[in-house]
Amino acid sequence: MESYAYSAPASVAETVALLAGHADAGRAVQILAGGTDVLVQMKGPAHTPRTLLDIKKLDEANRLEVTPEDIYIGAAVSSARMNENAELKSALPGLMEASDLIGSTQIQGRATICGNLCNASPAGDSIPAMIAAGAVCDLASATGRRELAVEDFVVGVGKNALESGEFLLGLRLPMPSTQTKDAYLRFTPRTEMDIAVAGVGISLTLQDLVCTHARVAIGAVAPTARLVPEAAAALVGSTLDDDALEAAAQACRDAASPISDKRGTVEFRRKIVGVLCKRAAAQAAARVQGN
Amino acid sequence: MARMHIESTINGEAREFLCDADQSMLDVLRDELGLTGTKEGCGTGDCGACSVLVDGRLVCSCLMLGAEAQGAEIETIEGIAENEKLHPLQTKFLENAALQCGICTPGIIVAAKALLEKDPNPDESKIRYWLAGNLCRCTGYDKIIRAVQDAAAEMSHPA
Ligand SMILES: Cc1cc2nc3c(=O)[nH]c(=O)nc-3n(C[C@H](O)[C@H](O)[C@H](O)COP(=O)(O)OP(=O)(O)OC[C@H]3O[C@@H](n4cnc5c(N)ncnc54)[C@H](O)[C@@H]3O)c2cc1C
Ligand code: FES
Ligand code: FES
Repeated sequence: MESYAYSAPASVAETVALLAGHADAGRAVQILAGGTDVLVQMKGPAHTPRTLLDIKKLDEANRLEVTPEDIYIGAAVSSARMNENAELKSALPGLMEASDLIGSTQIQGRATICGNLCNASPAGDSIPAMIAAGAVCDLASATGRRELAVEDFVVGVGKNALESGEFLLGLRLPMPSTQTKDAYLRFTPRTEMDIAVAGVGISLTLQDLVCTHARVAIGAVAPTARLVPEAAAALVGSTLDDDALEAAAQACRDAASPISDKRGTVEFRRKIVGVLCKRAAAQAAARVQGN
Repeated sequence: MARMHIESTINGEAREFLCDADQSMLDVLRDELGLTGTKEGCGTGDCGACSVLVDGRLVCSCLMLGAEAQGAEIETIEGIAENEKLHPLQTKFLENAALQCGICTPGIIVAAKALLEKDPNPDESKIRYWLAGNLCRCTGYDKIIRAVQDAAAEMSHPA
């Protein structure tokens, strides 16, 4: 039987070579970022021995860069590190909120939003916020690099679009204009240390009180987080009046295909995703107006 | 399975140890290094009893591999007192009776010390949020919060 192995490659080239080598030899391999999902999974019966490839020693995965054009968040950057970056906080307050909601102080010291994305839980908090912010995945493999929009990355419960031998090196996000702000709201039965029953991420651009661009994404109410273009269309061209907000909320309710569990019923989740849509839109708009 | 040879600095001292690739840092501390002050409550990141600092960052040692400690600086509850002299947090926990069974206490003291280093004068809500990942089944938390506040006061105005 295969046993666990651990390796911390020093370069992207070495990482993709190890990934390809394991794939060719038919040996199990898994990327390790903050490990806050991986180590929990390892305690479960379903996790079989494999090689863990730790990406925290990669310079490129540790990049956290904010330039006037774009923002790069490497796959090894923890939520705690993001939280210490004032420029990132003011550019993407909604994404920061989402990353801040992932677990306790201790979890944030390790957890990465890229790990949250790759883990592909329907309730992953950072995913709707990344979709709203227009994030693009920077993917690396032995054959080179490719980019993929975040909304196309998660393909099912616990399933992502990574091909064999490929890993996520980081996320690239456009730098929002001064008239653009984002927000992320989730509903949980408890205020801390809980899993989202529904979540909404929104990014809005306002010109003279009129919404000129919007991205709306919903989480925890479908097998994957979803971009809801109909909700964005309802907001664009409006002054975010009640009718526009209600139309956007309805689009979110329509796009949801939730399940019932002990944390919330289908009806409740559908209702709450509409409420969160309205509140997140109001919050993003208030942020554009500087309050 | 070949064991891995890891070198790190633990409570300011260079240490080396052997561990399995899938062994958690918590198990390394307790079983390989004899540092049993760090406790295991859940083993899955929920309770904070296993809290330690890794390169200055507060983390759950149950969610970290021993192998990941290569080259890292680790601080545990054993590094908090200076020889026989207790840290103000430890004194205030005793004075306020902020512990009963004591399983959660090492993790809470390590976590609270990290908070006070970042923010020497946190308000109650900040303390409660910071410690939200540290569960206590005995005290009801109020005494813990008071002990942290008292320690903060003493550390900024030593008697
Ligand atoms: C107590 C506790 C509370 C939590 N609370 C929340 C919460 O409130 N909200 C929430 O959304 N999540 C929560 N989580 C889940 C977890 O912390 C997050 O999903 C976290 O963001 C995962 O990041 P990580 O860096 O630790 O990932 P890891 O555990 O390292 O990896 C997660 C998965 O993604 C894969 N992976 C990671 N990085 C890459 C990469 N760069 N390329 C390819 N594959 C990769 C790994 O192989 C693994 O399958 C919680 C977990 C715990 C233990
Ligand atoms: S033992 Fe690590 S969090 Fe509970
Ligand atoms: S004192 Fe017993 S768990 Fe906190």
